[in-house]
Amino acid sequence: MRMTRFIRPLSFMVAAVIAFSACAYAEADTDRPWLDRFEAELHGYGELRSGFRTRNDPHEKELSVMEARLQLELSVSDPWFDFKYKGDAWADGITERGEYDTRELWFFARPANFLDMKLGRQILTWGTGDLVFLNDLFPKDWRSFFIGRDSEYLKAPSDALKLGIFTEYVNLDLVYTPRFDADRFISGEYVSFWNGGLNRRSGRDAILSAAEPDRWFRSYELAARLFRNIGGYELAAYAYRGYWKTPSGRTTAGTATFPRLNVFGASARGAVGAGITNIECAWYQSVDNESGRNPLANNSEMRYLAGYAWEIARDFNASMQYYVEQTLKYGAYRELHGGAPVRDRFRHVITLQLTKLMMNQNLKLSLSGYYSPSDNDAYLRPHVQYKYSDRVTLEAGANVFAGECSQTFFAQFNDNTNIYTAVRYSF
Amino acid sequence: MKIKTGWMVAVLMTCAGSAFAAGSPGGVSVDEIVRKANHMALYQGEDGRGRVEMVITDRQGRTCKRVFAMLRKDDGEGDRDQRYYVLFHEPADVRRTVFMVHKHAAPGKDDDRWLYLPGLDLVKRIASSDKRTSFVGSDFLYEDISGRSVTEDRHELLRTTDRHYVVKNVPKQPHTVEFAYYLAYVDRKSFMPVKMEFFKKADRLYRVIEVERLENVAAREKGRAVGYPTVMKTVARDLDTGSRTEMVFSAVGYNSGLKDDLFSERYLRKPPREAVR
Repeated sequence: MRMTRFIRPLSFMVAAVIAFSACAYAEADTDRPWLDRFEAELHGYGELRSGFRTRNDPHEKELSVMEARLQLELSVSDPWFDFKYKGDAWADGITERGEYDTRELWFFARPANFLDMKLGRQILTWGTGDLVFLNDLFPKDWRSFFIGRDSEYLKAPSDALKLGIFTEYVNLDLVYTPRFDADRFISGEYVSFWNGGLNRRSGRDAILSAAEPDRWFRSYELAARLFRNIGGYELAAYAYRGYWKTPSGRTTAGTATFPRLNVFGASARGAVGAGITNIECAWYQSVDNESGRNPLANNSEMRYLAGYAWEIARDFNASMQYYVEQTLKYGAYRELHGGAPVRDRFRHVITLQLTKLMMNQNLKLSLSGYYSPSDNDAYLRPHVQYKYSDRVTLEAGANVFAGECSQTFFAQFNDNTNIYTAVRYSF
Repeated sequence: MKIKTGWMVAVLMTCAGSAFAAGSPGGVSVDEIVRKANHMALYQGEDGRGRVEMVITDRQGRTCKRVFAMLRKDDGEGDRDQRYYVLFHEPADVRRTVFMVHKHAAPGKDDDRWLYLPGLDLVKRIASSDKRTSFVGSDFLYEDISGRSVTEDRHELLRTTDRHYVVKNVPKQPHTVEFAYYLAYVDRKSFMPVKMEFFKKADRLYRVIEVERLENVAAREKGRAVGYPTVMKTVARDLDTGSRTEMVFSAVGYNSGLKDDLFSERYLRKPPREAVR
């Protein structure tokens, strides 16, 4: 993984901030030893996780996930700043390697009352969707999601600077990522998929490599959110400048690429009746293919989401969402594909989440489902989690893909249907 | 543990939020007792903070522990709207998870509730209409901790003992709750509710919440030194399941000038120092 990319400059910064802190401390008149001013905490967990495919996949191993993982988290705080490190090391039975990933490595400071700054590797999320993302263009990790890692791993880290500006009337978040952070997209390594370039399903036999925009300060991403809360309703407007987060185009030579993308959107969330409603929309402006006539990049899209979450009964919650992707300039797209296009003009998806807690909330049963009536495919995630004690958690679950056409979004993963189990010790 | 939807421990400094209104045998009216008890349980000072340790012990003697910091701030005078902020320290799998509530006192207006999950940097809005759900798997329900709205029950002063006013509370909408009625024992001197007994039909006692330690906490109010009677230890027992939960408060403070914006998304994502310590 790309761990070294940010670590060197960050190590320098750690040293600089500590030096600064030491100087500031030296000037302040106090009797406490210098190191005492830092409050440090170390936490983490160890986990074993294994799962296998329930269908024969000619392109993948029978094992879907097999790993022994250690996560360590170190937080240090001081009146001047906060620092956090969170990293995972694991033995991976799929890649047959030892793997390491820095999930977080950041500094936080509040240089003025109205300003928050967070610099470094961080997990970022915004928007109103429940496992559906429109205006959240921060990197996702679909591999981890589909093979049954903890849902925390759906979010991949960004190497970025986040500024939060807070005023009486409106707040602004700005996230600058100096070098593009793509999704950890489905490449075939862990999960097989429909490979458009080969015109067939592929997996470990043909791992997709894509040409990522990777020039520092040139291939940057900029994301902004303007938000405020009015009478319990959360309103937000979003803008993004960067690239499609998964390969959505190709070069004339056939290499998968990440074409340029701008996104503009808005969302609202608040109580309606006894539940919570969310609505969100986004315009995906595919800069390299605004006309729809460029076969080498995705068309522009409109995306819409409306959802409702409510409590069905005691300790039993539900949420439903309706999500639509609309391909713009569809006529041009259809012409390009000779009347046999892969995509429909509209892709409709209904999502459902059910969560039931039992046995003093130590047992959690949940089901997430995605169903697309237009693609006629579906994805189900049943999950059981039992807290044996405050430290030990057991879980089991499945990722079930269904559908007829091997090219539609969920059905292309059919052969990856898997069940898994895990045990985790937290400290 | 799941930080369930619903209410939050307005446990802050007190547990027992009982409710009341109407009736009047000699001396103090029931209305007055109820109003004062509600104030003592939930509204002392303009704001409050504390650290809470909860130990849940089941029938077999197995224990779970929860540790969290809690901040509370009242919106204006008159014991009405409040804001709460709860930051979890233990158990490890929910460390740094934040639960925030904007409590609305107006009848029929639901509270606004948020949950922040640090692993995903996710701010979730929580829907919950049922306040009689266990708080974090303990024997305390969201409602016994936050205080049941004074308008939801009919109140009757059953008797006055040497130490207590004993108030019987009968729900106006019995289908929304699991009890038939409950008795609140209100300390005559401090007006603090110190014990609550919940009954099913046929006077069957099945739940008890009892204050085991009450202390005066020194604070400043408008420049004057005052002492707020504060619950430092309280125990809830479920007689049906044999489970009990002990809740112990420490580092309690009042009127430290918590700002409104501390109860906003900004501080969900970055907990304030007041809660981290």
